[in-house]
Amino acid sequence: MKSTKKMPIWHILMQWEVILFFMLVVVIVVNSSLSPYFLDLNNILRTTFNFTEKAIIVLPMMFIIICADIDISVAGIIALSSCFMGLASQHLGAGTPALIFIGLLTGLSVGILNGLIITKIGIPAIAVTLAGLFLFRGIAYVILGDMAVTTYPESFAYLGQGCIGNTRIPFQLVLFIILAIIFGIVLHKTTYGRKLFAIGNNSTAARFSGINVDRIRFFNFALIGLLSGLASVLLTSRIGSTRPNIASGWELEIITIVVLGGVYIFGGTGSILGVVISILMVGLMRFGMGLINVPGLVMNIAMGFLLIIAILLPGSLRELQSKILTKQQQQ
Amino acid sequence: MFEKVLKKREFTLFVLLVFLIVIISLRSPRFLNIANFRDILDDTALLAMVAMGQFMVILIAGIDLSVGAEVALAGMSVALLHQYHPEIPIFAIVLLSILIGFSLGSFNGILVSLLGIPPIIVTLGTMGIYRGFVFVVSGGTWVSAHEMSDAFKNLPRGGFLGVSNLLFAAILCVIIFGIFLKYTRAGREIYGVGGNEIASQYVGINLKKIKYLPFMLTGSICGLVGLLWVARYASAQSDTALGFNLQTIAACVVGGVSIFGGSGTTLGVLLGVLLLGVINNALTQINISPFWQMGLQGLIILVAVIINTIMERRTQELIIRRRNL
Repeated sequence: MKSTKKMPIWHILMQWEVILFFMLVVVIVVNSSLSPYFLDLNNILRTTFNFTEKAIIVLPMMFIIICADIDISVAGIIALSSCFMGLASQHLGAGTPALIFIGLLTGLSVGILNGLIITKIGIPAIAVTLAGLFLFRGIAYVILGDMAVTTYPESFAYLGQGCIGNTRIPFQLVLFIILAIIFGIVLHKTTYGRKLFAIGNNSTAARFSGINVDRIRFFNFALIGLLSGLASVLLTSRIGSTRPNIASGWELEIITIVVLGGVYIFGGTGSILGVVISILMVGLMRFGMGLINVPGLVMNIAMGFLLIIAILLPGSLRELQSKILTKQQQQ
Repeated sequence: MFEKVLKKREFTLFVLLVFLIVIISLRSPRFLNIANFRDILDDTALLAMVAMGQFMVILIAGIDLSVGAEVALAGMSVALLHQYHPEIPIFAIVLLSILIGFSLGSFNGILVSLLGIPPIIVTLGTMGIYRGFVFVVSGGTWVSAHEMSDAFKNLPRGGFLGVSNLLFAAILCVIIFGIFLKYTRAGREIYGVGGNEIASQYVGINLKKIKYLPFMLTGSICGLVGLLWVARYASAQSDTALGFNLQTIAACVVGGVSIFGGSGTTLGVLLGVLLLGVINNALTQINISPFWQMGLQGLIILVAVIINTIMERRTQELIIRRRNL
C-alpha cells in the first residue's frame, strides 16, 4: 500500500537524473559567467558538432554497460573504418554512398568479430576489446603509416558539416536525436530492453528464465560496431581527412559519459534520460574549457576525476536510499 | 617427469623463443651477436620490471592501464627536480622516484580496494589524470639531454662485471617479486584472492589489503622505472612510455597469466617479456616498419588470451573427468 503514497520531495530530489540536471545548470551558469560567447544559440548549435559523434557511440555503450560488459575498442573501430573509407576514396574514387556503406560495413564486421570472440569462446570483453583497440588502430597504422587521406568528394562533407535546409541545426544533431529516441524506446518499452536489465542484474538467473544471454550480448557488440562505423563516417566527413591517430582516447570519454549518466558499472540499472543529460553536460563542459583555452591533456584530468566521481556518487546515493527505505519499512 | 616438463607452458614458450631467434638470425646476420643481445636485454629490462607489477595486478583479476602514465609522471617529476636542483644527490632522487610511484599506485589501490570500483575503470581514469599532470608539471616542455648531469644519465648505464645497473635492477626486481609471490604469505594470498575471492574471504584473507597491495607495488616499480627511463633515453616528455600499458599486458598474457586471475608464474612472465623484446628488436633488424608494432602487439594479446582460455578449459575438463573415474 505504501507505493500509492505520494513520493516525498527529497526523494525526487535525490534521483540521479535530477542531480545531473542541477549539475548541468551549474556547468551552464559557470561557463556563461566565464565567457560571454558561451550563451549564444548559434555557438551552442555549432559546438554540438564536437560531441555528437561521441554521443552516438554512447547510446550502444549504454546497452553494453547495462549488460555488465564493456567495449574499449570503439576508438580503434573508428580509426579502421575511417582508414578503409580513405583507401576507397583514394584508390577507387568511391562516391559518398559507397563511402558510407564501407564505413558502416567495416564497423559492423569488426563488431561482429568482437562479439563472436567474446560470446563463442567465452573471453572477458575487457581483454578482447583491449586487444582490439590496438589491433584495429594498429592495422590503420600499417596501412596508412604517417600519411593522411584528404581526397574525399565534396558531397561527402555534408554528413559531418552540413545543416538541415536553411536552418542552423546540424544534420548530425538531428541524426543523434532520432537515434536517442529509438534507443530510449528500445531500452524502456521493449522486451529487448527488459532483457538487458535482467542480464545485467543476474545473468545466470536471466539464462534460467529463458533469455538467450549470449545472443543479446553478441547483438550489443555488433550494434556498437555498426554505430562506431557511423560515428567514423560523420567524423571523417567533418574533419575531411583520415589519419591513423584519429579519435584517440575517445573510449575514456564515452565510458565516462555513460557511467556519469547513472548507468551502474556492474550492470543492471540506467536510464536514457540520465545518459542524455550527461552527454550535454560533458559536451558543454568541454566546450566551456575550450573557450577559456584549457589544453586537451588537462581536460583529460577533469575527465578522469569525473569518471571516478561519477561511479562513487550514484553508488553511495543508492546505498543511502536503500538504508532510508529499510528504515521506513521497519517503522 | 619429463613428460610433465614438455607439457608446461614455460617449455613451449622457451622452444618458441629459441625457434624465433634461429629464424631471425638466418634472415639477419647482425641479430646474433653479443652487443645486440645486450641491447635486447637492456631494452627489455624496463618492461620486465613493470610486467612484474602488472602480473600481480592481473593475478587478482585486475588490470592496470595507468602504468605508462605513472612511468611518465614519476620520470618527468624527478627529471624536472634534477634540472632545477642538480645538487640533490642521485641516491635521494632514486628514493623520491619510488615514493612518487608509491603514491600514484596507492591512489589506484585505495580506489579499488576501499571504494570497490573495478580496476579497469579506476586505471582508465587515472591514466587520463596522471598523463594530464605530466603536462601540467612540465608546462608541455621537454627535459632534454643537456639539462641532465652526467651522473644522472649514467645511472642506468653504469654497472659492474659487464652488467648494467638497469639490467641489475630488473634482475633484482624479478627475483624479489618472484620470491614474494611464491614463498610469502601475502604472495600466496594474492593467488588465493584471484582464484576465488569469496572463498578466500571465508578463510580469513584480508581482501582490502590484498587488493590494495598489487597496485601499490606496481606504482612503486613504475616510479623507479620512470627515473631509469628518462635517464636512459636522456629525455622526459609528455608522451614518455605511451603505449607501455599494452606491452606489459601482452608480456603477462603471452607468459600464460590468466586474465581471469589466480594463475600464472614468474618464469612465464619473464619468458613473455623476452619474447616481446626479441620480436621488437627483430622488427627493426629485418626492416619491418615500426608502424607494425602496435597492431602486432594487439594481435599477440588476442591470440595469447584465446589460447590461454582454451587451455584452461581443457585442464578443467580433465580434472572433472579424472574425478568421475
